[in-house]
Amino acid sequence: MTHAALEPRTPAASATVAVRLRDVSAGYGERIALEEITLDLPTGSLVAIFGPNGGGKSTLLKLIAGLVAPTTGTVETLGLPAGKAARRIAYVTQAELVDWSFPVSVWDVAMMGRYPRLGPWRRPDSTDREAVRDALDQVGMLDRAQSQIGELSGGQRRRAFLARAIAADPELYLLDEPVTGVDVTTQEDLMTVLHAETERGRTVIATTHDLAAAAAHFDTVIALNRRLVAMGSASLVLDPEVLSKTYGGHLLVLQDRAVIIDDAHHHDRESGPDRHFHEGRHG
Amino acid sequence: MLAPIGEPLAYDFFLRALLASAVVGVVCAVVGSFMVLRGYAFMADALSHAAFPGVVVAYMLKGPFYLGAAVASVATALAIGWVTRRGGLRSDTVIGVLFAGMFALGIFLFSLIPNYVGDLFGFLFGEVLGIGLGDLVALVALALIVLAVIGALWKELLYSTFDPLGAAASGLPVERLDYLFLALVAITIVVSLQSVGIILVVAMLITPAATAQLLTRSFGRLIAVAALIGAVAPVVGLYLSYWTNSASGATIVLVETIVFLAALLIRPGLVLLRGRPIPAQA
Repeated sequence: MTHAALEPRTPAASATVAVRLRDVSAGYGERIALEEITLDLPTGSLVAIFGPNGGGKSTLLKLIAGLVAPTTGTVETLGLPAGKAARRIAYVTQAELVDWSFPVSVWDVAMMGRYPRLGPWRRPDSTDREAVRDALDQVGMLDRAQSQIGELSGGQRRRAFLARAIAADPELYLLDEPVTGVDVTTQEDLMTVLHAETERGRTVIATTHDLAAAAAHFDTVIALNRRLVAMGSASLVLDPEVLSKTYGGHLLVLQDRAVIIDDAHHHDRESGPDRHFHEGRHG
Repeated sequence: MLAPIGEPLAYDFFLRALLASAVVGVVCAVVGSFMVLRGYAFMADALSHAAFPGVVVAYMLKGPFYLGAAVASVATALAIGWVTRRGGLRSDTVIGVLFAGMFALGIFLFSLIPNYVGDLFGFLFGEVLGIGLGDLVALVALALIVLAVIGALWKELLYSTFDPLGAAASGLPVERLDYLFLALVAITIVVSLQSVGIILVVAMLITPAATAQLLTRSFGRLIAVAALIGAVAPVVGLYLSYWTNSASGATIVLVETIVFLAALLIRPGLVLLRGRPIPAQA
């Protein structure tokens, strides 16, 4: 009784799985995006999903968000079937899917994070405005609150969308490419904010193309190429075997860095006009 | 001096027409603002033309034409979604097919009715000067319903228009909101048929919102400016139509088009006053 280590773990401590997938497959029509994924992600983890284009990163995020239904298997999010805990989740879309000419300001976007908790007719009150102000402050966008989103740089756009997620006060963040194509300062700032959220017991799951970012900023990484290739600590992205399994033949491991030759549209095509090169520094 | 303004106001039919077209102008502009932001301009055209066979069938059965138009329009909206998924085709392709097909069905049915060519003109181009008191009351009631629903679901419609995935993930019923919005579009089109007709209702929906998009950077102001244009243009248009004895629906639409062109030309001045405009493409 007196020895802490002998005390049984509390039910709360043993039930701290934020996301649980069992034998999950998913696809769109004929195309199979994910096959037989089984994994548990504990509450409070900071997780990066990496892998080639078409490897199922975004689909995995959408499954967890309940935006895509699995063809087989089960997805549990925050202890409920996926989609049932929606008000406790914040999902941030890839930047390319957003209409940046839309007539909304940074403030408006962050306020949208509060909308689901307000019902029809209800207008935001002082609590909501306080939450939005606080979220904008955390991502360093308070001084740009009145800017139309089309006027922002790529990094500021990601900051604005993270502010929307923070304003929603979610238990689980699902972020599709939150640090892709942003400057180093923005990447550091956003990761600091996300890290602080996990310290408060929030769970963060992000997809990324950027192996260097995955290795530097995340606690857990998931290597995904239709199947779960590997999952573990961030050092996995340095493992040549994991990398070659994840990216198939599209990988060159040089002395201190891996160069991934990744077809932008069809990762399984041998060659094509749209080759993209992603570099991850190693060592 | 004011005789040309005051004179037509002595006629009940002119007063009814003023009220009807201004109400239609406002409700079209508000619904149209969401349509412009959703990229639904072509959809507006399709749903208005699709109302035609419903109007003709209602006419043949001597039922209320509002009901026929609403049924045909809503059915087409749902069919566009269904055929797109089932056929695996682009939605604009499906809209093109169904829009022309439904309109042709309307013309076909109409051609079976002997001696009613005059009424065809009314359905296609509007006859707001002929609106009766009963129709006016129905029109205002339907318009108020549409505006009330948009007022109640303002936040939800805005979020699901701007970022459907993000809105759905956070628990908003995005698919149901989409269908509800299409139903509102169909009702709005039905409300507008009598004043501007099937062919020109797309202009009432899209032109004020497009004009407002040139001039504003916030969503609230976009709708306010669109509604203002929607309210004022029909009044100006009806007077012009009275003075020149021109077709009322077409004159209203021409006024809105001229306002759009004027906004396009004065925009550089406004940009200097108010900073950079919204970039058309990021």
